[in-house]
Amino acid sequence: MTAPATGTGPGGGPDRPGGLTTRGLAVGYRSRSPRRRQAGRRAVLSGLDLQACAGELTVLLGPNGAGKSTLLRTLCGLLPPLDGRIHLGGADLAQTSPTALARRLAVVLTDRVDPGLLSVRELAGLGRHPHTGFTGRLTAADDAAVAWSLAAVGAGHLADRPAAELSDGERQRVLTARALAQEPEVILLDEPTAFLDVPSRVALTVLLRDLARDKGLTVVVSTHDLELALRVADAVWLLDRGSRVHAGAPEDLISSGAVAAAFDADHLAFDAASGTFGLRRTARAEVAVDAPAEVLPLLERALAREGLAAAGPPGAAGVRVSWEGADRFTLTGPDGRAVPARSFHELTRTVRTW
Amino acid sequence: MTAHTATAPAAAPDAPRTPRAGRRRTAVVLALAAGTAALFVLTIATGSHPVPVAEVVRILGGGTADDPRWAVIVEQVRLPRALTATAVGAALAVAGVQMQTLFRNALADPFSLGVSSGASMGVAAVVVGTGGVAGSFTGGLAGLGRVGVVLAASSGAAAVLALVLLLSRWVRSAVTLLVIGVMIGSAATAVVGVLLVYARPERAQQFVVWGLGSFGATTWPDLHVMLPVIGFGLLTALLAAKRLNALLLGEDYARTVGLNVRRSRDLVLFGTSLLAGAATAFCGPVAFLGLAVPHLTRVALGTSDHRALIPASMLAGAFLALACALLSQPPGTDSVLPLNAVTSLFGAPVVIAFLVRSRRGVQGVSS
Repeated sequence: MTAPATGTGPGGGPDRPGGLTTRGLAVGYRSRSPRRRQAGRRAVLSGLDLQACAGELTVLLGPNGAGKSTLLRTLCGLLPPLDGRIHLGGADLAQTSPTALARRLAVVLTDRVDPGLLSVRELAGLGRHPHTGFTGRLTAADDAAVAWSLAAVGAGHLADRPAAELSDGERQRVLTARALAQEPEVILLDEPTAFLDVPSRVALTVLLRDLARDKGLTVVVSTHDLELALRVADAVWLLDRGSRVHAGAPEDLISSGAVAAAFDADHLAFDAASGTFGLRRTARAEVAVDAPAEVLPLLERALAREGLAAAGPPGAAGVRVSWEGADRFTLTGPDGRAVPARSFHELTRTVRTW
Repeated sequence: MTAHTATAPAAAPDAPRTPRAGRRRTAVVLALAAGTAALFVLTIATGSHPVPVAEVVRILGGGTADDPRWAVIVEQVRLPRALTATAVGAALAVAGVQMQTLFRNALADPFSLGVSSGASMGVAAVVVGTGGVAGSFTGGLAGLGRVGVVLAASSGAAAVLALVLLLSRWVRSAVTLLVIGVMIGSAATAVVGVLLVYARPERAQQFVVWGLGSFGATTWPDLHVMLPVIGFGLLTALLAAKRLNALLLGEDYARTVGLNVRRSRDLVLFGTSLLAGAATAFCGPVAFLGLAVPHLTRVALGTSDHRALIPASMLAGAFLALACALLSQPPGTDSVLPLNAVTSLFGAPVVIAFLVRSRRGVQGVSS
């Protein structure tokens, strides 16, 4: 929506509305040492200068234990920062009262929620807490805000359902609606797609991006769903194993090699060209392949799983796989005998014996 | 700022609250109110000397009875008993609602988590120290003595509640916490046993009778202390409804909507201690009401929203307490059954059947 601003000064200034900025932020835990007395500080991440812009979906990525949850819990005020400042728009988070903060920033946590006998509408209505009066009575304006938030996440038709009966995907939508009902500028979500199936993950991630774009919200999401995040996110905060944070558009981080550095492992290789991960395995042998282009990718996948690399055009001799049409193959083994295979499954079982 | 805030469109009358849910709640509350009023009159009418219902209504309305003895029975014996049952039923039910939400535990109530035992401990300390218990021990007690007993019972209740609350930080399982509550209750009961050794034998025996529970031992001077205290406790609960709603999704969510969780917890702890303490001081530890009433009310209302749940639980608690009072004095006989025998005999199976049948009810606040 708006271009990322650079270098907004701490302590206010002519900041753009919305947006979340950190200056020299250190997050972690204050723990009492076993010997009591001196309070220990265990910084998980420090020196963070980050910015999430209004109108953009910012995704927080990183391996397990890198400190994603700690950072998010600090950003939403559940953990005090060890050092540095967090600015919401122009306001310093440390100077903001809890109610004023709740009107500007809402969260969806990983906590398991037990909605009891609340209806979906009542559950989303809990987000009106910072706006209602002493008794908590919802006015017509509050009801309208709840209805609007449910409609915004596509859960309007669920309003009268008991919240306990929702599917995982529906429940995350409704919890997002509860956060929206706070009418915030910033929404933070801690692994909202963790327990969802693939279609629900895609739907929720796209929904969050649309909310950022259409409503001008600042949306920050932590997730393990790397490939989807790199496809959908406007900006990425990438925590690597060395507690460094890389920020930029997904493509910036891919081309700089930061994504590969953060996630590559013995068996996993990041392919910068496709933005996807693949299994890293050295092939034990090469197989001559004779198949049309549309079958070739699937055939290569199947062979790679068996530790075989597909070699270019078939030579005269040696092991080879020929496509005979309709997923039928002729396999020529090391012993020179040709065996028919009527499916990929038969093919992989046969080549495994080679 | 406004341009970048997820501002909902201005209030449009296109989002009417579903009339069905609202009508159901109104119907439940009206039915409970009518039932409570009917049982109130019925409880006054029955006993060893039955009084005609029409006479009861006339006496309660300020009229003169046909038989002056009836007026005495109603005003000096039956009315205090009925008022006690009503107040204590409401108090225990609301204490149960608050504890179940605070602990996020469907099995929490003053009795199950040992809070009543803590109150007993406070009462026992007063019995040994000064030789008087409110209610059963009316002889020669000034108003201050009653206040002292209520204070002691509330302090004992608060001590146990704070201890259980502290332990609940480390215990996630609802059932484990329940076992811990039972253990704390046992410890408190043991302390009571030790204290009673030093009490005069007749005091100790009176204490044991008090421990069986009764609505019938309170007098008007007792009520002058009990009713304001319970009324105050109920008022704090009503005022805490918004806070309790925010706590429904857990403490982290409550903090992110701007709730001061510690202050809310202290407020609920204070109100619950007053309610459980006052109820226990005058009637002994009463089982089942605090646990069952919130569940029954939630299902009847179809919601966990405290703004509806707390008032409705007051009525439902009063209703069930009056029903138990009625059953503890079988019509036409002089015998009086111990209150806890009635609440447990009739209550426990109801709770078990309810919990087995309605999984949703259990999930209401279990974690």
